[in-house]
Formats: sequence, structure tokens, C-alpha cells
Amino acid sequence: MGLIRVSFLSNLINGISLGSVYAIIALGYTMVYGIAKMLNFAHGDVIMIGAYISFCVTHYMGMPAWVSVLASMLVCTLLGMTIERLAYKPLRSAPSLAVLITAIGMSYFLQNVAQLIWGANPKSFNSIVEMEPLRLFGGQLIITDEAIVTVLACIIIMVCLTLFTEKTKMGKAMRAVSEDKGAAQLMGINVNMTISVTFAIGSALAAIAGVLLCSTYPALMPTTGSMPGIKAFTAAVFGGIGSIPGAMLGGILLGVIEIFGKSYISTELGDAIVFAILIILLLVKPTGLLGKKINEKV
Amino acid sequence: MKKKLNKTFINNAITYAMVIIAFVVLYSMQQAGMLSRTIKGQLIPVCVWIVMAVSLNLTVGISGELSLGHAGFMCVGAFVGAVFAAVLKPNMENETLRLIIAMLTGGVAAGITGVLVGVPVLRLRGDYLAIVTLAFGEIIRNVLNCLYISMNEGVLHFGFSNPSLPGKLIVNGPQGVQGISRIATFPMGFALIIVTLIVVLNMTNSRAGRAIMALRDNRIAAESVGISATKYKLMAFVTSAALAGMAGALYAMNYSTVTGAKFKFDTSILVLVFVVLGGIGSIRGSIIAATVLTILPELLREFSDYRMLIYAVVLIVVMLATNSPAFKQFLSVVKEKIVGLFAKKNREGDAANE
Amino acid sequence: MKKMTKFVAIVLAMMLVLSMGSVAAAEGTLKIGFIGPLTGAAAVYGTSAMQGGQIAVDEINALGGLQIEFLPQDDEHAPDKSVNAYDYLMEQGVQVIVGCVTSSPCVAVADYAFEERVFMLTPSASSTAVTEGRDNVYQVCFSDPAQGAASAQYIGLNGLATKVAVIYNNADAYSTGIYQTFMAEAANQPFEVVSESTFTDDTTDFSVQVKAAQDAGAELIFLPIYYTPASMILKQADSMEYDCQFFGVDGMDGILTMEGFDTSLAEGVMLLTPFSADSEDPRSAKFVSEYQTKYGETPTQFSADTYDCIYILYDAMQKAGLTAESSYEEVCEALIAFMPTYSYDGITGSPMTWNEKGEVSKTPMAVVIENGVYVGK
Repeated sequence: MGLIRVSFLSNLINGISLGSVYAIIALGYTMVYGIAKMLNFAHGDVIMIGAYISFCVTHYMGMPAWVSVLASMLVCTLLGMTIERLAYKPLRSAPSLAVLITAIGMSYFLQNVAQLIWGANPKSFNSIVEMEPLRLFGGQLIITDEAIVTVLACIIIMVCLTLFTEKTKMGKAMRAVSEDKGAAQLMGINVNMTISVTFAIGSALAAIAGVLLCSTYPALMPTTGSMPGIKAFTAAVFGGIGSIPGAMLGGILLGVIEIFGKSYISTELGDAIVFAILIILLLVKPTGLLGKKINEKV
Repeated sequence: MKKKLNKTFINNAITYAMVIIAFVVLYSMQQAGMLSRTIKGQLIPVCVWIVMAVSLNLTVGISGELSLGHAGFMCVGAFVGAVFAAVLKPNMENETLRLIIAMLTGGVAAGITGVLVGVPVLRLRGDYLAIVTLAFGEIIRNVLNCLYISMNEGVLHFGFSNPSLPGKLIVNGPQGVQGISRIATFPMGFALIIVTLIVVLNMTNSRAGRAIMALRDNRIAAESVGISATKYKLMAFVTSAALAGMAGALYAMNYSTVTGAKFKFDTSILVLVFVVLGGIGSIRGSIIAATVLTILPELLREFSDYRMLIYAVVLIVVMLATNSPAFKQFLSVVKEKIVGLFAKKNREGDAANE
Repeated sequence: MKKMTKFVAIVLAMMLVLSMGSVAAAEGTLKIGFIGPLTGAAAVYGTSAMQGGQIAVDEINALGGLQIEFLPQDDEHAPDKSVNAYDYLMEQGVQVIVGCVTSSPCVAVADYAFEERVFMLTPSASSTAVTEGRDNVYQVCFSDPAQGAASAQYIGLNGLATKVAVIYNNADAYSTGIYQTFMAEAANQPFEVVSESTFTDDTTDFSVQVKAAQDAGAELIFLPIYYTPASMILKQADSMEYDCQFFGVDGMDGILTMEGFDTSLAEGVMLLTPFSADSEDPRSAKFVSEYQTKYGETPTQFSADTYDCIYILYDAMQKAGLTAESSYEEVCEALIAFMPTYSYDGITGSPMTWNEKGEVSKTPMAVVIENGVYVGK
């Protein structure tokens, strides 16, 4: 009985830790979606670039971990803004599918560039956190240092983002733009600037997510970002796309469901279970857990 | 009204003529041995991707629902078709007949899957529908990865998650279907394109098609005049799934092996790229885009290392070029001039007739 | 538009054929095609194989005499793309093919090559489906059954554990193949398999799989998988403070040279492998140092197997009386007749011999990782 309970707790913690990574990625997705109304499929690849930058800074330049995090945030922010400026901005008035395809093209582009720069061989990412893990129940239950940092980072980011969108001028501008672009512009809000800032924040979050993802799961390859990207997108939809607390909740739930599904049902069908639950949820609540119900106008 | 009908008729006739002429030219060149290997190897895949693109266009363009799980239906069709072909192999000599049966069964199976997916899913809208179709595609692939089917003395045995089955394995989990006899032919690929075109074009120009498009343009208005959203949306979705299943069966029959891994989310996206690049709702555009984008990576083989990079750049640049307002304006000016020219001629012609 | 594109494509392709035709006329050059994943998720295996092959080609060409033109093509680890690559290579007039690197693409290409009579020597497609029913495909790597059974026997014979867990990739033909034969042989061995769990190519989190093994009380985890997921499993076990013996197969080779990898995690890991980059053998050492100089990485077994492939073809074709002018059909028939009688001493096994099915026979080496290097057992 004791063993089962510890095992359950341990799975729960692993799930929350995995879910927190999904949540941070999903936050980036959801912010960009809320404002630019586009699915930024290249987001997962920005994560990968962030992780590579951090790897290079610590491994080749021998800098401390926190410098590498800052460096990768800086690079990703610039990258995100550049992508937005070059690829997405000219398409602001284009149909949403055209933007989606451009984002996919951008995703291929980033993956191939990464392979040309860093090669296809996986790098083993060294964890940026070096603390003692937390041992509970006489060492039976171990909470890794990475898990603690990831979960804390996730909570802090969510609180900061919520405060930012609720309290600051820029945050209010963001919400206004996401409600109604045209009206926001009439009220004197610089829409282009607001979208740019959103991309910058989303990409900086992607950098943090990349570093945390690879700290826990250390193999780093040009395709590292794509599956977590898709999962995070699923998480964002799960929580109600466009909603910040929704992305956090969706991410964590998704992580927990994934781990529990694999532990108690089948490792082979782990992903199928995650997606099946997503489908059921959307059928019951078509706009996700915390999504706003959109009333259709006739 | 008459003029409108004529216009559609001419438009469709151009599409058919284009496909038929391309087929006749390529087929005679193939028979005469004038085609290079790379092109010859691409004939059947191009047929497959054209059918995939046209059928997805039915969902995305005509019905207006973004589906990201089209590869899932292709996957079902490929597996079912391959299994039927393998089962029939000892008793049926005629390869063409076997291929037709494989494609039909693949299509039916994918159609049934389409109903199962469509009934619950089509209630959702926009991006939510997209994510659910994506999820279904991944579930189908994930489940097929665990499926084992063997044949022993004419009896099929099914198993899940690595069991030991008697007889010869036809479907071997992640290793997929192996030992398929390659019976796909270019004329059959062409036939499938024609069938697809007949189905899709006739459907678009029928009462059902107009209902589907009315639902796309304004669901509430369409429902208020008594069009059943579920019925018509499902009709488009299932037709599209069945055609994808047939394409999947043809695809499987062109290689000696088919694995679930091929039908990842990436493949759905690839087909979507064909549709968007060719112009949403434009059947002819889908055909052209599918052809060009299937052959392009092969023609880029010379650039080895930079091949996929170039492909990505082409994708972005084409999207920017065709969708940025500046470029569009340029196009419309050109179009106006041409139209103006024709109009002038027509007027002159009319005047002459009088 | 469509016709135009096709026409342009055809003209381009024809020009290509013509231009390549003139190159083939150059004297004394063998054309060897290579097919493997050079982009996408499996790119790591394809690129290291290609680079290994390139080293062998450079060495041979530096010798003078018979030259080799090496034409690597990308298949993105997809059967259909692999057949495209094959078509392209045949258009370039290759005489023999090294590849494919991965199993499912290899099965697809082998079927075409069988009909057309093209000889294929695969460095690493280890599934039995690759060679089954085809006389034109030979393997340089162990076949999956050989590895699975050998691992089970080794664990049983040396009494390494009584409770064994297996973690394998159920979306991968290589991994599933070894797993199946391991399980079959395990029934005859004095240990019990207490936990079996799977993952797929997309998995990033391995906590469930490792935990299942730990909860079942496994003393040894058998990992018939490649080194990338293996490195994550080792890290996971370490962070769970789960101390057990790990046992890998040839796909595990490469783990020590992963950039940034903390080799202390792999301390005590055992694996059966035909090649180790730390080998004292002078030829291996020369290969490793040349590879490192040229590519700044350490070669894996994929590189070594492809390196051997090139030398085997170079040597066997000359011994079978083939020349740079032989057509691919001639090469195929001559090699099919010659290979079963042939023996070669390479860096991944000496001697290597082949049966008529195309399966190689060579002795795997059991090594254990101590202080970050392989030590023979």
C-alpha cells in the first residue's frame, strides 16, 4: 500500500513537472494566438534554438548557467521579432491558412538551419540547475531539482504574465488588440508594435522553456522542439486557447494525463490516450476548459 | 444564369482536359521510354498526392473546415487496402482487379472512419476542429503501431501490443505491412484522379455542393433556410476521407512496405500546403501545386545539404508573394488588363454578329 | 502550367543524365550510391553513416588506381523518399548501392533493386525483412535476431541478473525486432523478464518506463535502442537514484561521444557491439582519428559499418573480377555468387563472412563502460 501511494505521488510529480514545461510553451502559443489569431507552428523550433544557444554558451564558452539563460532569451526574442517582421507581418490581412503555411515553412526552415549549424548529432544538454533533490519518505520519493525549478518557473511566469496583461499599459493594449484590432487602432494603440512585443515575450518564454525542457530531458537535436510544440499546442487548446491561466492549467493537466495514462494504462498508447481525452473534453466543452464562449452574430 | 453554368462547365472541362492531356503525353512518353527515371518514379506518387490534395480541398476549400488529420484517413486506407491485397493474392491472379478491390476497401474503411470521426467532431469550429482532427490522425497512427494481423491457412488473426500470432504476419506493428506486391500502375493512378475529379466537381456543382458552400459562407443563414449542417458537412467530410483512403491504398501498393510512421502529422500538413498553395477551393490549383511540390524536392537532390532548406524558403516566399497586398495588387492590375482586352474583343465579336 | 512544369522538369532531368553520362566515361571510377536519412529526426544515423563512408572513399582514392565516386542521397527515413533517392541514383548510373541506413526504407528500396538486379550492401538496416526472399541484399550489421538472442544468452550465461526489465521503442523496426527475439530467447534463460515498457520516437519523458522497472524490482534493464533515448533513460534513472545494471546493443554505441554527455551516468553500462571508438586496433584508431579530424566528431558504429561497406565492395568487386566498366547487373550477379565465399577483416569484425541469405556472421564484443571508456569483457 505504501509503495503504491509513493508510486502514485511520484507519478503525479513527474506529471506536474512535464506539464509545467508544456505550460510554459503553451503560454507562448496562447499569447500569440490571442493577439495575432495565428497558430505559430514555428514556436516549437524557437524552443529548440533557445536550447542550442544555452548549450553553446555553457558548453563552448564556459559561461555560468544564468548567463546562458539570458543569452538564449535575448537571441530568441530577437529571432521571434525578426520572424514576425519578415514572415508574418506582410500577411496580416491574408487568410489565416496562408499564415499557417508560412509558419510551417518557418518551422522547416529553422530545423534545417539548426542542422546545418549544429549538425544532426544529438547534444547532451547539461542541466542548468545544480541543487540537491528533495527526498521524502526516507528517500522513497525523490523530487528532482529540475522538477522544482520547472514548476516554480512556471508559476512565476504565469503570475507575472497575468499581472502584466492586467496592470500595465502594454498589457492592456494587448488585450484590446486581441478583442478588436480595428477598434484598438482607433483608440490610438500601435497594433504592429503590440504584436511585435507579444512575439518578443512569447519567444523569450520559448527560450526559458527550451532550457528547462532540455535540463530535464537532455537530448538536444534539431527536431527536439517539434513534438513538445505540438503537445503544448494541444495543451493551449485544452485550456482554452487565448487564455493565460487556461494554458497553464491545460499544460499541467496534459502532463499529468500523459504520465498517468502511460503508467496505469499502456505506454504504447500514451499519446493516443492524451489525444482521446482532448477530443472528449472538446466535445463536452468546445472552447476548452477556460476558453471564452464566443456568441455568434447573425 | 446560363452564362454562369457555362462558365463552370468550361472551367471543369479545362481541368479534365489538363489532366487527360498530361496523362496521354506522359503515358506515351513512358511507353516510348522517353521519361527519365526520376520522373517515372514520381508518376504514381504524384497521382496519390493529387488525389489527397483534391480530396482535402473538398473539406478545407469547399466545406471550409480546417482538417489537420487527412493523413490518418490515408493511413487507414493504406493498411486496409494492403491487407486485402495480401489476403486476395493467393486466389486472385488479376493484378488490376486486386488493386481496384484494395482501393475500394481502403476507401470504404477510410469512409467509415470518416463517419466515426466526423459525427462528433463536425460540431466544433475553426481551430478547435483543426486540433481535434489532428488528434484523431495521431490516434489512428498510434493504434496502428500496436496492431498485429497474421494469416494462417486462410484465416486472419488479430492481435494487439506484440502478441505471438500463428502463421505469416501481414501487419507487424511498427514495422507495418511488409511484402506487399507492387501492383500500382500509372493508368490506375490516373483513373483514380478522374474518379476523384468526377466526384468532387459534380458534388460542388450539385444541390448538395451548393448547400455545403452556403454553410461555409454563413452557417446561421444557411441553417435558417433549412439546410442541415450536420448532414451536408458530414457528406463532404466522409467523401473526402474515402477518397484519401483510396489514395492511401494506391500509395501502399506502390511500395513493398508501408508503415504508420509515414502518416504522421507532417504528412497532413504537407497535403494542406498543396491545398493552400494551389488556392483554397481551386481544384485545378490543388492539382498543379501537388504536382510541383511533389517533384520539387526530387529535382533539388543535386543541392543535397541545402535541399530541404530551399524547400522551406520556397514555401515561405510563395506564401508571401501570393498573399502580400502589394503583390496582389500587381496581379489584379494585370488581370484587369487581360479581362479588359477579352471584353473588348467579345464586344467587337458581338457587334460583328449583329 | 502543369505541362510546362513537367516539360521543364523533363528537360532538366535529361540534361542531368547527359551531363552525368560524360563523367561516367572517365576511366577507372566505381560509382557507389548511398541512401540514408540526412535530414529529419533520423538524420543522426544517416549523416554519421555517410561520413564514415566518405572517409573510406577518401582513403581509397588517395591510394590511386581504382577510384570511387561516392553519391550520398537523402531519404528522410521514409520508404517513398528512399525509392525516389534510389531512382535518382540509378539515373546517375551507380553500379552498386550502400544502404539504406534504416530498415523500413531499405525494405522498400530492396524490392525495386531485386527486380532490377542491383546489389545492395546495407551498413545498418538490421531487420530480417530486409534480406528475406531477396538474394541481392547483404548486411554488414548483425541482423536483429542475432543481437536479441545473443544478448539474452550473454545475460543468462554470465548470471548478470535474475530480474530483467526491457524498455524498447515500439515505433521502430530495429528496436522491436531485437525485443521480439530477446523475449523468445529469454524464455530459455535463467532470468525472468519482470517489466516491459515502450516509447516512441516522439517521447521525451521516460520517467514512467524507468519507474515501472524500478517498481518491478528489476536488477538489469535491457535497452535494445539507440543511444539518444538511452542517454535520457540513464539520466532519468540517475535522478531517481535507481541503481541498476544497463545492458545495450550496438545502437547504444555513440553514447560516450555525445557532445556534453556526462559519462559518469554511463558508468557500468554493458553493451554488445561490433565496434568501439576506443579500440586499440590500429585500423580502428586510424579511422577514428581521421574521422575526428575531418568532421570534429567521434564516429559511431554507423560510421564504422559504412566504412567497412565501402572497403568490402572495393575489395570484393576487384576479387570477383569486376571493373569500373561493369554494369550494375554484372556487379549484382558476380557479387551474389562471390559473397558467400568471401571473408573480410574489417573494423567492425574480423573475420566477417556471409551466408547466402545475406546475413553477416561476426562476433560481437561485450564491453563495459568504466571511467568513461569501453573495457572489453
